[in-house]
Amino acid sequence: MSGSATIKRNHTDAPMVPRLARVRRHFSDAPDVVTLEIEMADARPFDYAPGQFNMLTVFGVGEAAISISGAPNGARLIHTIRDVGAVSHALTRLQPGDQLGLRGPFGMGWPIGAAQKKDVLIIAGGLGLAPLRSVLYHIVAHRTQFGVVTLLYGARRPEDILYPSEVEHWRQSLEINVALTVDHADASWRGRVGVVTQLIDQARFQPHNTLAMVCGPEVMMRFVASALVERAIDAQNIFLSMERNMKCAVGHCGHCQFGSSFICRDGPVLSYQKLRPLLKIKEL
Amino acid sequence: MAAEHAFMLSMHPFFKGLAPEAIDLVAGCARDIEFRRGQYICHEDDQADHFYILSDGHVALQISSPGRGARTFLTVGAGEVFGVNWLVAPYRWTYDAKALDDIKAVVLDATCLRRKCEADHELGYQLMSRVMPILIERLHVCRMQFLDLYLKQN
Repeated sequence: MSGSATIKRNHTDAPMVPRLARVRRHFSDAPDVVTLEIEMADARPFDYAPGQFNMLTVFGVGEAAISISGAPNGARLIHTIRDVGAVSHALTRLQPGDQLGLRGPFGMGWPIGAAQKKDVLIIAGGLGLAPLRSVLYHIVAHRTQFGVVTLLYGARRPEDILYPSEVEHWRQSLEINVALTVDHADASWRGRVGVVTQLIDQARFQPHNTLAMVCGPEVMMRFVASALVERAIDAQNIFLSMERNMKCAVGHCGHCQFGSSFICRDGPVLSYQKLRPLLKIKEL
Repeated sequence: MAAEHAFMLSMHPFFKGLAPEAIDLVAGCARDIEFRRGQYICHEDDQADHFYILSDGHVALQISSPGRGARTFLTVGAGEVFGVNWLVAPYRWTYDAKALDDIKAVVLDATCLRRKCEADHELGYQLMSRVMPILIERLHVCRMQFLDLYLKQN
């Protein structure tokens, strides 16, 4: 992993012991997608870096790795969750006041330090916008530290667009360039239809001074990374947020091993230079 | 007018690198055209006798199905082209095209273009070598859409 990746820890003594937390607010973002605003039950502060994740526990159901999608160092701890399994289903049912367990933050975050003074391409597919939202908040809050910043976002359908009001706000602001496409739409949609790789050709950036952060389904990330290399961005300046079956979150259990890396400990954000040969191995 | 079209075509990404003499040949088949937002440019199964070179606005390519209405499978915008059905018999549109914005384009007469390509195979090769990457890219886009990558099971 690049030495420029960001990492923060709040759990040096007992990383396997959940802290008690409580749901403050519950938002329905898109079909089957819920965003929870969480506060810690104790008074200890919670600090994290964009791109890191937490292990959230629904008592009596289980634990799942969920990326953090709020503003770093903000007062709120935000998680966006899609209802895909037993634990995530239970998480999406939590209501204000409900308790849950929380371990984290874990993993290596986005290389924000290395992105300074560079053009930044943020490319998200589907729910992949959630782990990148922290980066967008950080960049907007420190806008002068970065060159041209572009968000390219692909969603399944117009109604599946995550954080639609924020995407629209970013689009209308002069802080970042935003291009949006959906895979499928009916005739009422007046935006773009196609896939997110098609947006890359229209993005404005200096390839040799650009850092790209990509998150979405692995197939989408493979083709995006390949298209970025074709546009002369060096593989070591392309970062993907990987997803595997994370259990312990501290690199002990091996469930999320990917080649010589543990996604929970060495990732989830890894450079394309490192991932490129591994992504070609179908068995991994 | 032919000179204006030749200039416009020479600036369009689709014709990048095409020799000036070839541009002049293509420009001989060209005329300006505009469509208002919401207007249909062509309909499925109509004769594909035009090839559109977009300079302003976006077009939705759609297929309608009973009970579901029109579904947009691709949008194209300024700097892009649509209507490659002009190249392959039976020269019929396989989709509807609807203007999402006010459209400015140059339209090439397909019969004129086919006649010139038949008479000048180098021109035909040059146009085909520009159409093929677009078809391959759109095939790739269709594959990605077919995989439905953002479906929650994926």
